[in-house]
Amino acid sequence: MCCGASREQHLTRKKQELATMSGKPILHYFDGRGRMEPIRWLLAAAGVEFEEKFMKTREDLQKLRNDGDLMFQQVPLVEIDGMKLVQTKAIMNYIAMKYNLYGKDMKERALIDMYSEGVADLNDMVISYPYLPPAEKEASLANLKDKARNRYFPAFEKVLKSHGQDYLVGNKLSKADVSLVQVIYHTEELDSSVMANFPLLKALRTRVSNLPTVKKFLQPGSKRKPSEDEKRIEEIKKIFS
Amino acid sequence: MAGKPVLHYFNGRGRMESIRWLLAAAGVEFEEELFETHEEFEKLIQGGTLMYEQVPMVEIDGMNLVQTRAILRYIAAKYDLYGRNLKEQAWIDMYVEGLRDLSDMIMYFPLSLPDEKEMNLEYILQRATTRFFPVYEKALRDHGQDFLVGNRLSWADIQLLEVILMTEECKASVLSGFPLLQEFKVRISHIPTINRFLQVGSQRKPPLDEESIQTAKDVFRFEHGLFLKNMSTIVAEY
Repeated sequence: MCCGASREQHLTRKKQELATMSGKPILHYFDGRGRMEPIRWLLAAAGVEFEEKFMKTREDLQKLRNDGDLMFQQVPLVEIDGMKLVQTKAIMNYIAMKYNLYGKDMKERALIDMYSEGVADLNDMVISYPYLPPAEKEASLANLKDKARNRYFPAFEKVLKSHGQDYLVGNKLSKADVSLVQVIYHTEELDSSVMANFPLLKALRTRVSNLPTVKKFLQPGSKRKPSEDEKRIEEIKKIFS
Repeated sequence: MAGKPVLHYFNGRGRMESIRWLLAAAGVEFEEELFETHEEFEKLIQGGTLMYEQVPMVEIDGMNLVQTRAILRYIAAKYDLYGRNLKEQAWIDMYVEGLRDLSDMIMYFPLSLPDEKEMNLEYILQRATTRFFPVYEKALRDHGQDFLVGNRLSWADIQLLEVILMTEECKASVLSGFPLLQEFKVRISHIPTINRFLQVGSQRKPPLDEESIQTAKDVFRFEHGLFLKNMSTIVAEY
């Protein structure tokens, strides 16, 4: 064995090499949604099979850091096409470009970015909510609901209304649609009637959910992650403490 | 359609500064409409051009673009500052996203609660010198080239210079352990378009002082202790 690696570490490395040689991206994160979930959705929508390596302890994160795999010592990390990509937006952009989910030209990309960034702002609120101290939760949830109902969802409803097309940009599925549908599902978990006044968004959600790749991802047994429960949240906090 | 981009913001750096840098570096002349009061900001919102009722907003090529990253990416792509292929783009994206994390900390620092200022400053400098700057020093050392990606000027280089200068405003000697970044700073500063932007009289904005911090607070109605919330988001890192 090289470098004093244990047999187990050696086998894990071999498995990872084989996985990247087989062409499948490898996702490094904890076993939960967090910042990796939009990436899982996008890969799944693009019909791309991927593997996952879950960090369970602080030591697992430290190992990734010590191995020099994390440019800024942070996850998500996605190994893809010989690169170790970090930074959620960098990863999303790469996947979207590679799998043609980023419009046909610069101007369409600008619109897709404008919409995706708004979705990401809302998603940030949704992601952080479970990890807030109890004293902050009520105000934060009220803010999230207000922003979803009065800022973000109306903006996207308006876009769909303005052109009457099936997707947000260029009459074709893009990362903006996939991410928007993901945040719709997750926001609805926190605010069950949030979609009441957004008929076009509801139609978009249905349409995207019925695409074969997305439909498969929505079935039980896929790599889609459930919302984190109390116990899981405590474990995850320990990894990053 | 022909016509200079118009930038809508308040009279300060904030999130618009990276956009000013990129346009300037690309040699693109631009105009600015800068609001000074909350009422003027409200008027812009009422005008309906802000998709999420937020700024920055840039009128460019017939679009009212909002969201800083959307604007920056469009400019980078349009003016050939985004690499020559998908892989170079990915490297540029990673580099600029890391820089944004650091520049956000610095941007929010003036909003710190008074008794947290010292701790926050220490945190920023610690992160700059142990997490962020080593990455860029290493990148330059590994390939020995003049620019971060693809041996030519890109958005990543422009943003790195911007953030180096911002960090030096926090502590003048912060680059002392980074000889290649010191050379990089000099080299990029001498690019004619960038050099012009660094001169007095350009559209580059100064750092916030007491008065402009108060203006920013009034215009945007920031919550007390906002920086701490952002700090804890960055610290949590999930």
